Amino acid sequence: MNELVIFLPLLVPLCAAVCLLLTAKSIRFQRIGGVVGSILTLIASSYLLWQTDVHGVIVAQAGGWAAPLGITFAADRLGAVMVFISSLMGAAVAIYSLSEIGEDYIRKFFYPLFLFLLFGVNGAFLTGDLFNLYVWFEVMLISSFVLVSMGGKKNELEGGLKYVCLNLLASALFLAGAGILYGKLGTLNMADLSVKIATASEPTWIISGSMLLLVSFGLKAGVFPLFFWLPASYHTPPVAVSAIFAGLLTKVGVYALIRAYTLIFTPLFGEIQGILITISVLTMITGVLGAASHFEMRKILSFHIVSQIGYMTLGLAFMTPLALAAAIFYLIHHIIVKTNLFLVSGIVIRKKGSDDLARIGGLYKSAPWLAALFFIPAFSLGGIPPLSGFWAKLGIIQSGLDIGAYVSVAAALGVGILTLFSMTKIWAEAFWKKQPEHAPEGERESCGDGHIAWMVIPVTFLAICTVVIGLFGEPLFAFSERAAAQLADSSEYISAVLDAPETGGHE
Amino acid sequence: MEILFAVLIGILFGSGIYCLLRRSIVKLVIGIVLIGHGANLLVFSSGGLLAGRPPIVESGQLAPTAPYGDPLPQAMVLTAIVIGFGLTAFALTLVHKAERAVGEDDINAFNSTDT
Repeated sequence: MNELVIFLPLLVPLCAAVCLLLTAKSIRFQRIGGVVGSILTLIASSYLLWQTDVHGVIVAQAGGWAAPLGITFAADRLGAVMVFISSLMGAAVAIYSLSEIGEDYIRKFFYPLFLFLLFGVNGAFLTGDLFNLYVWFEVMLISSFVLVSMGGKKNELEGGLKYVCLNLLASALFLAGAGILYGKLGTLNMADLSVKIATASEPTWIISGSMLLLVSFGLKAGVFPLFFWLPASYHTPPVAVSAIFAGLLTKVGVYALIRAYTLIFTPLFGEIQGILITISVLTMITGVLGAASHFEMRKILSFHIVSQIGYMTLGLAFMTPLALAAAIFYLIHHIIVKTNLFLVSGIVIRKKGSDDLARIGGLYKSAPWLAALFFIPAFSLGGIPPLSGFWAKLGIIQSGLDIGAYVSVAAALGVGILTLFSMTKIWAEAFWKKQPEHAPEGERESCGDGHIAWMVIPVTFLAICTVVIGLFGEPLFAFSERAAAQLADSSEYISAVLDAPETGGHE
Repeated sequence: MEILFAVLIGILFGSGIYCLLRRSIVKLVIGIVLIGHGANLLVFSSGGLLAGRPPIVESGQLAPTAPYGDPLPQAMVLTAIVIGFGLTAFALTLVHKAERAVGEDDINAFNSTDT
């Protein structure tokens, strides 16, 4: 096995993005290149996923310097599956964007930025070094900053400003936390940090560093009370952009939290468990209440990102093997479903000129296929069996009952019901009721003018994924359990990183 | 020296947060820049503050004589400064465009995407 396979999901989008930058003139080439680049990334990441599942943790030392001196890249099952699912979303959204993203966006380098975003996200999932994680976050952020404010319309700039400012603040806190940890422990390699923290004498400094990281990752994940940038900005950019943001960006924060508390700060977890459970429950509740108060499809869906993040961090906070497996399963299910729901909202905008529920209606009659495509991810999000969300929620609730966290379980069940309420609200308003005759006036939004087939194909594909995961979820849940076992016993990761032979430099 | 640094970092973080709490969006960006500088200095000082102890290996030795200034945080700070510079430039442009679109730089006017 060649450990350089770990660099493939990074090099492919990078090279594709650079090629696209060099050939900015041809709109047609940009479109083809964007789709081909993201599909190649998907192929590279599926190969990596297969390799990690067969061979265990794959480690590569960039520059050939052995850990902990060099920058380590490590792919365990969690990292590899996150890379795979992100690349899958990248490919789906790239195909969708053929229809939605117009020439003006492509002239502003939409596709290179999109590929740079995938590059940054994949890097964040694969790195084994804390400072390097900061750099990947910045790669991801700067591309997302440009994508979110690209259109230059008033509400895009406003939402973009909130998004940019809060994320820059989170980055500064991340840097400060990393600095404190380095000052105390003299290393930034995650595996080495884990070893040194287990034997460290003064935990005060480490706790303060870990708290700064918790705030920073929490802000990126969108947990209570740090989520305000999310519903303020996710509904403003083009649908393709908000769909990829909804699918990936907050999940990078959740991934960083899982990585930090299963690998780096494991000895301190007892002190933080209470905090994590509390913020998870509050995240679920505030998110779902925010969604209930809104009446526009993409705003409702944005708030539901927040509430669902709470379930994933709750899985992390319970920290039993089943809870971790359920959290990983939840991540996979949620990325697919949430991206799909945003993509569906784009088709609704295309059909009706708006996604404001007060102004639209009658879609069930005029486009029953669209109703079916909405029904599947929406009720999967609500947790209706046999769709994928049911198994994810069942795992979290089961593990909560196992450790006797009855309040959290009650909150999770209640939030599930309210999620269903929001989804039925969209269903009833957009699909079932008649098109209102005296609809309130409002600006007519557009959602591209390409062929609608490019929108329907990825949406249908993702809906089929949801159904398949729901009906035949056993292999995926078994995989999540294997990934969780790798997280629960971090010795495999640590020994793979620290005992790895020197490689890479001589290529 | 360390006390001076600690006070300086504290002032940078404090004034940064003060600026964040003001209502002007330009001051918002200034606040973020100040906090970013505070974080940079914090990382820099984590390598140990030693005057005149460069990490240079004398001839005939395998490692520099301790104590020496750790070069790694300095390299990291350089990276962080460059990233911060780019992001600040972007944030300022965004503030400029947003102020034009909204018509004023009072943060209270930036509320159309919240509700």
